[in-house]
Amino acid sequence: MNVIVRLPSQLRALVGGAGEVPVEAGTVRDAINAVDAAYPGIAFRVLDDRGALRRFVNVFVADEDVRFLDGLDTVLEAGQTVSLVPAVAGG
Amino acid sequence: MSFATNLLCRECGTTYPTEARYSCEYCFGPLEVAYDLEAAKGVVTRESIAAGPNSMWRYAALLPDPGVEPVDLGAGWTPLRRATRLAEVLGVKELWLKDDTRNPTGSFKDRVVSVALSSARRLGFTTAACASTGNLATSVAAHAAFIGWPSVTIIPSDLEKSKIAMTAIFGGTVLGVEGNYDDVNRLCVELVAEHSDWAFVNVNLRPYYAEGSKTLSYEIAEQLGWRTPDQVVVPVASGSQLTKVAKGFREFIELGLVDGPEPVLFGAQATGCSPIATAFAEGADVVTPQRPNTIARSLAIGNPADGPYVLDELRARGGDCGSVSDDEILECIGLLAETEGVFAETAGGTTIASLRQMIRRGTIDPEKSIVAIISGHGLKTLDAIVDTATVSSTIKPSLAEAEEALRFHQLVSSAS
Repeated sequence: MNVIVRLPSQLRALVGGAGEVPVEAGTVRDAINAVDAAYPGIAFRVLDDRGALRRFVNVFVADEDVRFLDGLDTVLEAGQTVSLVPAVAGG
Repeated sequence: MSFATNLLCRECGTTYPTEARYSCEYCFGPLEVAYDLEAAKGVVTRESIAAGPNSMWRYAALLPDPGVEPVDLGAGWTPLRRATRLAEVLGVKELWLKDDTRNPTGSFKDRVVSVALSSARRLGFTTAACASTGNLATSVAAHAAFIGWPSVTIIPSDLEKSKIAMTAIFGGTVLGVEGNYDDVNRLCVELVAEHSDWAFVNVNLRPYYAEGSKTLSYEIAEQLGWRTPDQVVVPVASGSQLTKVAKGFREFIELGLVDGPEPVLFGAQATGCSPIATAFAEGADVVTPQRPNTIARSLAIGNPADGPYVLDELRARGGDCGSVSDDEILECIGLLAETEGVFAETAGGTTIASLRQMIRRGTIDPEKSIVAIISGHGLKTLDAIVDTATVSSTIKPSLAEAEEALRFHQLVSSAS
């Protein structure tokens, strides 16, 4: 599936400054790995050493937190946007 | 002067200069302001603090550098009240209320905003912004007006009318988002990437902002006569306040300013938004997000970013986390008002109801001292009580009807 991965400002230097990267991916995990294949280093920043999401990264698919879906295994549909957003406390 | 030295990642320990940066470049962990406490020893003393202003800025040496002068609308140095009648009702020996309803805009958020905008001004920002459940928006709008800055405050569109009005009156731009606070928070984290010249106090200024909550514990310790209380009950939304209250006590102990060990900390949540109470009860290390549904809107954060740290603080010294129903919250707003003359918003009702719950289940020791943080004024959540807190009777302007009503309410005996 063609999807868009939206990156937070912290990761944009790794992809040459772009805020969005189009990739081919079937799941959220595929999408992260696809960006990492094109721009090595992204997966290390987002996933911990066991391959789980780092605890201060939130991932949204079509504006829904993937922890309300199937996490990294959430299946993507063509044209969807996967947003990587740092978790920030304080309200 | 300030003993702040740099920003430090809580997750991996990477350090950064004290600039506008909120999450670690490497692991996305939250950044915290670090201080040279060794250098502060013997310089920051009880006397030097007591000689300072009657505001939270008496602790300026232990806050981020505010630049030329702090943005000070008068936040902090709020009363610590001995609550004898409420203590009697709850069956505890020594209860104190940290009455943060008495801040300039009626909530503890004035503390964090005063710090955040002081740092923002030092760093060259000229526009204030935030993601908010209401109280923060009000405080940001007021402090921005105070220094002549434009403000952009972003809130869930269905917040209490009183909170929206209290924010809009200061003249900034108020964006109501069709969604909950977690949607607003996420939007603002994405917005800050596009508007990095705006000081989003709880996003790109977050490390500075969060430090403001330490002044709650500084004040509690000083007002108790330079000692730590045994137990402190803190309302929990994102978890930032509780973790900073813990940090504040630790710093005072390390500086030798107070006697006594670190207090045992207790959280307070509404059952309708209780991700941390749930994780605590289940013994979980990770906090599973919830979709909030409670009248305690200022605590309605379903995805609390500081959740893991709150769990650590609660567990480190044998704490607990309350989870109370909306009915209990309303009942305890009334209980607090009737026994102590303090009118709190729904978060305060949550704190008192949680205190009662944890006393009943034996996790709070009734023989030891307790401080409950009352974080916001009741006028902010009038919507929650206007239908129940009403006139006792409506009468015609006649002496006979007045006397009848007074007899009905048992203020005069029926025989008179």
